[in-house]
Amino acid sequence: MSIINFDKVLGNHETALKLQSRRASTLSANIANADTPGYKARDLDFKEILKSSTNDLLPMQKTSSSHIASYGMDASGFQLKYRIPNQASLDGNTVDLDMEKSAYAENALRYQTSLRFITGKFKGMMKAFQDN
Amino acid sequence: MSLLNVFNIAGSGMSAQATRLNTVSSNMANANNISGNKDELYRAKNPVFSTVMENVNGEYTSAGVRVDSIQESTVEPSKRYDPNNPLADKNGYIYKSNVNIMEEMANMISASRSYQNNVEILNTAKQMMLATLKLGE
Repeated sequence: MSIINFDKVLGNHETALKLQSRRASTLSANIANADTPGYKARDLDFKEILKSSTNDLLPMQKTSSSHIASYGMDASGFQLKYRIPNQASLDGNTVDLDMEKSAYAENALRYQTSLRFITGKFKGMMKAFQDN
Repeated sequence: MSLLNVFNIAGSGMSAQATRLNTVSSNMANANNISGNKDELYRAKNPVFSTVMENVNGEYTSAGVRVDSIQESTVEPSKRYDPNNPLADKNGYIYKSNVNIMEEMANMISASRSYQNNVEILNTAKQMMLATLKLGE
């Protein structure tokens, strides 16, 4: 008899939730700075981070604050990338408000989807626990 | 938790935009101010925004926005010859404040839209958190 492994039951939805909440704060920073001169919009490369976290790749350990972060799942390991602007702004700001807003809405939806999946997993487990 | 960060970030955006709206209303209210002395004249005020960089575990992650300073416009105020005006200087000239109403109107619309954006972000983040609290139900 094997012990139930929560990591296996939840799959990568837990990682996805963590990433999506981090992405929400990055996108909200972009939107808050929509009128700040010189601000460069940033985003997480969701696909790449999730891939490196679900593969067996081990993230490189940071032993000094001056080290460059690798793709890992620790709090500081999130690699933020700068957006390539579609249209240059005179004041150096690269926030495209429409794009950021739609990305934020999409991210919120994905977050809720991950939550729904996790709830489903829990419900399935509860069903397995009950004897009839 | 990153989602709690959203409240701070959107809040800082709202407060910065509110400051901008404040300067716009002050500029609009004083748009028709006149004076016989150029130095005492009301000049259009504009906030300067900057990003608050937050240091998380040695990594710089950008966060909210703040109002760095409020700058006065350097546009030369217009001069008019009106010797009958009680405020006129000894040569009979009065100066009108350098507020550009059109600019201020556009600024106001932009500020209010940005404010609304931040409110929307805040509401969405709130819904996300409430859904998280209900996890497993």
